[in-house]
Amino acid sequence: MTVQPVQNSFRNGPDEAGRFGIFGGRFVAETLMPLILDLEAAYADAKADPAFRTGLDSYLKHYVGRPSPLYFAERLTEHVRGLSAAKGGTGGAKIYFKRDELNHTGAHKVNNVTGQIMLAMRMGKKRIIAETGAGQHGVATATLCARFGLQCVVYMGAVDVERQKPNVFRMKMLGAEVIPVQSGTKTLKDAMNEALRDWVTNVADTFYCIGTAAGPHPYPMMVRDFQSVIGTETKAQMLEMEGRLPDSLIASIGGGSNAIGLFHPFLDDAGVRMWGVEAAGHGVDSGQHAASLTGGKPGVLHGNRTYLLMDGDGQITDAHSISAGLDYPGIGPEHAWLHQMGRIEYISATDSEALDAFQLCSKLEGIIPALEPSHAIAKVLQLAPDLPRDHLMVVNLCGRGDKDIFTVAEHLGGM
Amino acid sequence: MTTRLATRFAACAAEGRAALVTFVTAGDPDFATAEAILHALPAAGADVIELGVPFTDPMADGIPIQLAGQRALKAGQTLRKTLAMVRTFRKTDAATPIVLMGYYNPVYVYGVDAFLKDALDAGVDGLIMVDLPPEEDDELCLPALRAGLNFIRLATPTTDDKRLPKVLQNTSGFVYYVSMTGITGGVISSYDAVGEAVARIKAHTALPVAVGFGVKTAADAAAIARGADGVVVGSALVEKVRLSLDGSGKATAGTVAAVTDLVAELARGVRSVNKAA
Ligand SMILES: Cc1ncc(COP(=O)(O)O)c(C=O)c1O
Repeated sequence: MTVQPVQNSFRNGPDEAGRFGIFGGRFVAETLMPLILDLEAAYADAKADPAFRTGLDSYLKHYVGRPSPLYFAERLTEHVRGLSAAKGGTGGAKIYFKRDELNHTGAHKVNNVTGQIMLAMRMGKKRIIAETGAGQHGVATATLCARFGLQCVVYMGAVDVERQKPNVFRMKMLGAEVIPVQSGTKTLKDAMNEALRDWVTNVADTFYCIGTAAGPHPYPMMVRDFQSVIGTETKAQMLEMEGRLPDSLIASIGGGSNAIGLFHPFLDDAGVRMWGVEAAGHGVDSGQHAASLTGGKPGVLHGNRTYLLMDGDGQITDAHSISAGLDYPGIGPEHAWLHQMGRIEYISATDSEALDAFQLCSKLEGIIPALEPSHAIAKVLQLAPDLPRDHLMVVNLCGRGDKDIFTVAEHLGGM
Repeated sequence: MTTRLATRFAACAAEGRAALVTFVTAGDPDFATAEAILHALPAAGADVIELGVPFTDPMADGIPIQLAGQRALKAGQTLRKTLAMVRTFRKTDAATPIVLMGYYNPVYVYGVDAFLKDALDAGVDGLIMVDLPPEEDDELCLPALRAGLNFIRLATPTTDDKRLPKVLQNTSGFVYYVSMTGITGGVISSYDAVGEAVARIKAHTALPVAVGFGVKTAADAAAIARGADGVVVGSALVEKVRLSLDGSGKATAGTVAAVTDLVAELARGVRSVNKAA
């Protein structure tokens, strides 16, 4: 007997055409179409093979360091309770961090990369390509390629190469070739274009390891599945620590992989509220931001239909964020759909709000967060004071800030 | 109804030769110069015109066409202006087929129905959308066919015999065979392999088969013309535009001729191969 999908579930997508509602799909050149069909079949086969899961889990445990702790952020909790009291309130949610910054390589990206690299090897591919913005996905890919002796080529916008130098060096140490991309706006979207150009050229031996829950089907689904370990662990850990589910979840959004990884296992738990935090850069009204859901429109780019920043002629406009990892003019298609369905609330945080949160978290918790999750923490500071004390809120602390210290120092006027 | 594309390919075949299909980017390097290039193409020897619709993120294009698109966008080109360009062209040329080639997003944002209506009205004959494989036929291919526009599909070296019927199913006008796995402006490694692929496709369809990607010289064009019904040249032409510009990137008195001189040369290459049985 086949298991019937739960009706009215938010977790059934995508359909066979890779659609989440009208979003998603397979908008790629014909040269790539046979490749993504192959990938889809290979992934379905791997998913159905318990040995694949066992192998992956073993690497996640012993190499990546999972499970990552769920940590009660006591001093940050005290801080938001103080903010509530200052307004004459008695609230202040209880804040937990899902510590994915403790993973090997320092961010959640490695969860997905481990899955994709194991799949690549299963498919007999020897050459791995990736795009990267902040460099975290590039570092994770270079790391797994080093571990398994695979050739690794990482495309990175020339602007990002400049602002994320430590990660460029790490990738090179790990034996990867880093190619600075000079085309277009020289950031993440151009790195993705260039990776796609490489893939159309080297179809026989190359596996494209996409770093976020976007791109043509099956990537948004596959990346989500690999990142869902975050939410699955959080659920079990919260049940153990508090005896119940959290009341809310909050995560930063570039392409949306850390957020969907935390959210997806909870989508059908109606009592769990969720916030996705986009990068508002200098402010959504300034025109210089990366908030595709808040400030964009539906369009087609990089293989999928989703919300994009663009002009009236359908030309993609530059995104801006202090965080290279959020500096992307699109968002994964499942988020576009969940936005349309109203299941998740999408809000945004500016550069300066993120910088403040970065410093506060460092000083209060002894954890230097990456600039990406700093956007989520910034919104916690605004939301948590107005929530009751028994409200359990989980922040996806999806990356550590080592890579960002130079950027932050520059913005704070050198320290 | 016989379309301009069918008529033109049939006429070339009757002359015992392949058709020369020339690609230029609409609005490159500026609207007026691009319009002048467009008008000069047929007399220079172009049989079919592919007009590139500039897009910020041309993920299947190499550097020459990327740069051409950037020049056009910088000069203010839009899809609306591209349609206006075709409309003006049609006032003096009712016979040369024009195919718009580009990426889906500008069309999607324009609105599919409005676009099809305006494109037909302007005198566009067909569409080539790089990022719309058969799996996405409902988006634009089927509406375009219903509206009476040709929808030209790309077949590639990765399109195997099993997949080929799917690719050919809703294709009309001609089939565009991409000579290599790669991006525009690459280098063809084997003319024999291209010839075999064209023969393979022709075994599956009665449509003309044109070959593009990597054709740069009259000799390349002649080599491809032996087996194919059409030869597509793009990167080499937009490179001529680029090389003709002045120090500040503006068109010069030589820009139009730089393009038409190469077109004339390519036309001689195509016509040097007589295939009349
Ligand atoms: C630490 C960290 N968080 C978040 C992101 C944004 O990506 P996503 O939205 O896919 O999680 C990145 C991307 O580089 C990152 O490095």
